[in-house]
Amino acid sequence: MSKKITVGPVGYMPQSAPSMGVELSPKGQALLYGNIVTEEEAMRDAAKALLTMANPTIFPGPQVLWDWKDDVAEKSAAILDLAAEIPNCRIIPMPDYRPKYPKIDAEAEINPNHPNLTILHNKIKAAIFIGVHCHYANLSLRMIRAGTDCYTIAMCAFMGHEEAMASIRDVHAEDVLRFKDILVQVRNELGIEWTAKMPPENPSLPKEDWGTLTPADYGEYRSLLMSKKGEHIADVE
Amino acid sequence: MSLRYMIPVSKFKKYLPKDYVELVDYGPFGKDYSDVGVKNMGTYKELVEEHPMCSGCWMAYYIKIIFASLPNPEDTVTIGTAGCGRLAISQAAVPFIYGNYGDQNAMASGITRAFRLRFPDRHKDVITIAGDGGMMDIGFSMTMHAWFRRERFTTIMLDNEVYGNTGGQESGMSMEGAILKMSPTGKKFGKMPAMQLAITAGCVYVVKMSPTNINKASKAIRRAIFAARTLGPTFIHAYTSCNIEYSIPTNDVFRDAKEMEKGRFAFEEYMTPEAKELFAQIESKNKREVS
Repeated sequence: MSKKITVGPVGYMPQSAPSMGVELSPKGQALLYGNIVTEEEAMRDAAKALLTMANPTIFPGPQVLWDWKDDVAEKSAAILDLAAEIPNCRIIPMPDYRPKYPKIDAEAEINPNHPNLTILHNKIKAAIFIGVHCHYANLSLRMIRAGTDCYTIAMCAFMGHEEAMASIRDVHAEDVLRFKDILVQVRNELGIEWTAKMPPENPSLPKEDWGTLTPADYGEYRSLLMSKKGEHIADVE
Repeated sequence: MSLRYMIPVSKFKKYLPKDYVELVDYGPFGKDYSDVGVKNMGTYKELVEEHPMCSGCWMAYYIKIIFASLPNPEDTVTIGTAGCGRLAISQAAVPFIYGNYGDQNAMASGITRAFRLRFPDRHKDVITIAGDGGMMDIGFSMTMHAWFRRERFTTIMLDNEVYGNTGGQESGMSMEGAILKMSPTGKKFGKMPAMQLAITAGCVYVVKMSPTNINKASKAIRRAIFAARTLGPTFIHAYTSCNIEYSIPTNDVFRDAKEMEKGRFAFEEYMTPEAKELFAQIESKNKREVS
């Protein structure tokens, strides 16, 4: 199989996949390196990438992070089941698409306007995009192909994405679970031993219990503390 | 854009960045204005915090007030255009749409109408926020025609009297004689009468102010949003100085705004009798709830 879409970096202002002759796959099929293949073939290759490349990561988008529709919880649970089966997988969310300046926390989130920052910072070599609205997925995937050496997998609820190395279309909760089963099968074939374990939580979340903090814990910044409405702080250092 | 968009899937909450978890737990979404709002700024997670504006930017301060004043942030869309303001507006936790070079009021017309068709039983607030160039120069025809058509949304003009984002060209809102980096001989004509234009074009509520008092500024913003829901277009003309292009030392930005308040940005408020009646109803209801 000739690879039309390959792992980058292909350079600044890359030629778009559609202009290179890549077409979206018909229903029931998938895209692998720009070629139309069976879903299973694409899933197996994607699984192999997630299992063998460094720092596999899932980038869940707003459509699966926020409880905006009745069937979201089911799909989100399936994504976490999949994440648990990928050795040393991380979850770095894309909660929305607003620009973040002066900078984003590249360990805590990915932003579609500069997704390469998160991928390069965390040295991610294989990643899944899921629940990202298509227009921003297209934007991000092409930027990633342009500037990083990350293998991208698009698990799209609609028609898929030409810019990803593996693109699976019409993905819903049951398809995520099917991908998980294939990944476990490939993992066993490769002889990788792994017990299902949930990825670590977001590193930006405070580790300490804020409820036990006192103004003294803020040291020289304690004067910047503002009391809550109606609250009277009497006990300060 | 609804409250459900601000509720994370429970299993994913621990994977969200801190900023979002705080927005969910301590943000203004779905809360009563008396618990959040401008009076409580600093005690809850605000919709816009970090921004790339210049140090001492009065516009950034006013944008924070706008977002703290929203009656229903979960049901609000902001639209802006090229200029300094959108740099901060676009990174607020409220959906933002970028209008291309002054077409923000044309876009808002369509979006407002679409919302009314799609959500006939709910108020979805649409607010255009743009600078004097975007609103009164480049976007002038679209701003005026939206008002002539009586489109029901709020227009807020951040008037810094200069094209600050592009190096200091004169705008229609610069004062006559203003000498700027790119108008070295001084502006040859006077400031456009934006407030009078808005009244003539059919705005039901118009305010001109220098927002030095946050409660007063917030009240005007909320009134404009409430009136736009049912009555017609509303307009706020706010002085938001450009301390870079007008060389106002950072420490003097507030003093400059206070001086403007005594001069050409003295508080002026216009409302139609219908708007007056509406505000009386809303504000008396609020007073009753408080008491």
